[in-house]
Amino acid sequence: MDLQTVWFILIAVLFAGFFLLEGYDYGVGILLPFLGKKDAERRVIINAIGPFWDGNEVWLLTAGGAMFAAFPHWYATLFSGFYLALFLILIALILRGVAFEFRSKDDNPRWRALWDWSLFFGSAVPALLWGVAVANIVRGVAIDADMNFVGSFFDLLNPYALLGGVLTLTLFTLHGALFLELKIGGELRTRAQGVVKMLWLPVTVLALAFVGYSALETDMFANLTVLKVVGLVGAVAGLLFTGAMIFTKRYGRAFLGTAITLISTVILLFWTLFPRVMPSTLDEAFDLTIYNASSSDYTLSVMTVIAFTVVPIVLIYQAWTYRVFRKRLTVESELEY
Amino acid sequence: MDALTLARLQFGITTVYHFFFVPLSIGLSIIVAVMQTFYVRTGQERYKSMAKFWGKLLLINFAMGVVTGIVQEFQFGMNWSEYSRFVGDIFGAPLAVEALVAFFIESTFLGVWIFGWEKLSKGTHLAAIWLVALAANVSAFWILVANSFMQHPVGYQIAESGRAEMTDFIAVITNPNVLLQFPHVALGGLTTGAFFVVGISAYHLLRNRHRSLPMFQTSLRIGLIFGLVAVSGTMIFGHLQGQRMADTQPMKLASAEGLWESEDPASLSLFQIGNEQDRESVVNIRIPSLLSFLTYNTPDGLVHGINQIQAEYEQQYGPGNYVPPAIWLTYWSFRAMVGAGAAMALLAVVGLFFSYTNRMSQFKWFLRLLIAAILLPYLANSTGWLLTEVGRQPWIVQGLMTIDQAVSPNVTPAMLWITLIGFTLIYGALMVADIYLLQKFARDIGHEDPQSEMSSAAQGKNQAPLKSTY
Repeated sequence: MDLQTVWFILIAVLFAGFFLLEGYDYGVGILLPFLGKKDAERRVIINAIGPFWDGNEVWLLTAGGAMFAAFPHWYATLFSGFYLALFLILIALILRGVAFEFRSKDDNPRWRALWDWSLFFGSAVPALLWGVAVANIVRGVAIDADMNFVGSFFDLLNPYALLGGVLTLTLFTLHGALFLELKIGGELRTRAQGVVKMLWLPVTVLALAFVGYSALETDMFANLTVLKVVGLVGAVAGLLFTGAMIFTKRYGRAFLGTAITLISTVILLFWTLFPRVMPSTLDEAFDLTIYNASSSDYTLSVMTVIAFTVVPIVLIYQAWTYRVFRKRLTVESELEY
Repeated sequence: MDALTLARLQFGITTVYHFFFVPLSIGLSIIVAVMQTFYVRTGQERYKSMAKFWGKLLLINFAMGVVTGIVQEFQFGMNWSEYSRFVGDIFGAPLAVEALVAFFIESTFLGVWIFGWEKLSKGTHLAAIWLVALAANVSAFWILVANSFMQHPVGYQIAESGRAEMTDFIAVITNPNVLLQFPHVALGGLTTGAFFVVGISAYHLLRNRHRSLPMFQTSLRIGLIFGLVAVSGTMIFGHLQGQRMADTQPMKLASAEGLWESEDPASLSLFQIGNEQDRESVVNIRIPSLLSFLTYNTPDGLVHGINQIQAEYEQQYGPGNYVPPAIWLTYWSFRAMVGAGAAMALLAVVGLFFSYTNRMSQFKWFLRLLIAAILLPYLANSTGWLLTEVGRQPWIVQGLMTIDQAVSPNVTPAMLWITLIGFTLIYGALMVADIYLLQKFARDIGHEDPQSEMSSAAQGKNQAPLKSTY
């Protein structure tokens, strides 16, 4: 396997980590104003992701940094091309990040409401736009001979990409509702179960529609490779498994189902691309591939050594934090503070 | 305005803003870790209260540093795509390593620290804040490795494709530039943290609320000790950087000193009004030979002037303007930075004298001065970066690529206006919210037990301020 392929896989792993982890905390942020009716309830909901969200977000930052280091042209084309979408994501992430810290530092109800809604928009906007962005990457965008995106912001808002965005938005919300079901107790837990039951069917329908639409818009079904089949089967089976578990009230397993779906989706989309990283709709010759977009072999080998040393350690201590904060939270347990 | 100007403006605004928060996080995290270490070693509740009080301010500040940092990582690709393509091999690598080895630790263990007071053993919980402090400093190292390549490129070759490719990773991370720049910046961060602690402690001593006095007397002394050591170190490494600059970036040195013509021995300008059009000084008060002495440790030695370096660069790189765009800015930034540093050193020495002779409370004017001194590190940090980055112009990578070649070709002025206005508005609003919270919690000595905030019986309630923040 060449180094470019190794790094393509590593970036897929980072995106899978991002979808799996930040996916649920985006979902929790989206649900916050609807599930938490009273201030104390909202605090419990926020506390459920309090120790984790920042570490989750670093999966995205690392994916961005790894793209820059391993495939500078991919990073440059994507970030300058999807300019306004990324600007909106940045504004959202800024508001979201400070909201976690700022909201409870003042009792004024308007202050609290401001940051609660910042958490909502700060979670919903990226949850939607990452789906739009990824769907556009897989579908292909107007890239010229100099590797520059020459379309407009509104070209990115095509129906296929929007469907992708709505899918990630709702899928993350379902994933987040399941996470809450596992992390909180009492009345809030019952409400989270209600959301889960309500969302499962629409999410599954959207997912199947997206797969169907992908057959028309992308190369998903052209020369089916083993990994594509694994991704496809995993994505669909994960959701069906989630459904079965929801209706037998085994929510831990239902969360495992959405987790499998999220990881499988990343596998499916990345191997629909492979070996391209950003196909051009103007001319196949303008496609960015792992070869014409990559760094030198020297940089890739140095980075491989570092990544293979550090990533396992990260996984160990992040897993440890879930053990430390495994206790279920309730309004009562929080109110003593 | 054209896209290049807008992109530069945006980078300047977002970077200076980001660096309002970063140094305090770097420095204050260490000071909080030291306070908590005292707590774990001595078992005295006083130190726990200190760690929690300063820790809360640290957290408010940390959040701002984190979110504005995301903009920095995205901005290279968004506004400077040609630059990203050119240096990605070398510049992207330290950014990725920074995320892998620093951001993950920082963000994960900060969460552990915030929520772990009751869930972890004292030792493990202490380790969490030390990991955060360490990772914040490691993060500074990696981003400065990236910046140092822009100031003094090493460990690379220009490939056939015209891109810069890394040939020696060890050379890149042991860039002589970063070996001086990192301690300068890290100690500057510690200075910022120290004077933050000093100024707020001084405020509480002035307010003279009996209960909290011992805590702030101790905090003040810790702050002054850290402040003196850190600011001295910052100045030493800054001085060494200046000497190196004579070799690697003579134009930056000349523009920091407003030295238009080469001199041997070179005089140090104390006050100058220059004419940038004609590249000469109009009014100039100078100390003979001092610049040569500062540069070479001897009373004479040639220091190159702006006009001579310009002529030399035209020979070397072809026709063009190689003079930084605002000499007044580099010249006065340099003086503001050095002046602020000297003032802090003086304040720390006097403050320690008053503190150890137990006379601090007699000198109210001095305590007021210490409150105002919170701003000095911010002045020094910002002007330091203005000098470093404006003095590098017109290069984006010294000697290899100029800024006009670096900007994204497909990003229009209209798009840049949207992001520039958007970031500026949201940054302005957040600054208001941030200062509001910082002053609120800096004044607030907490919801502690009315009998004695130090009593261990109050431990449970002591959780209140921190825990309720989530």
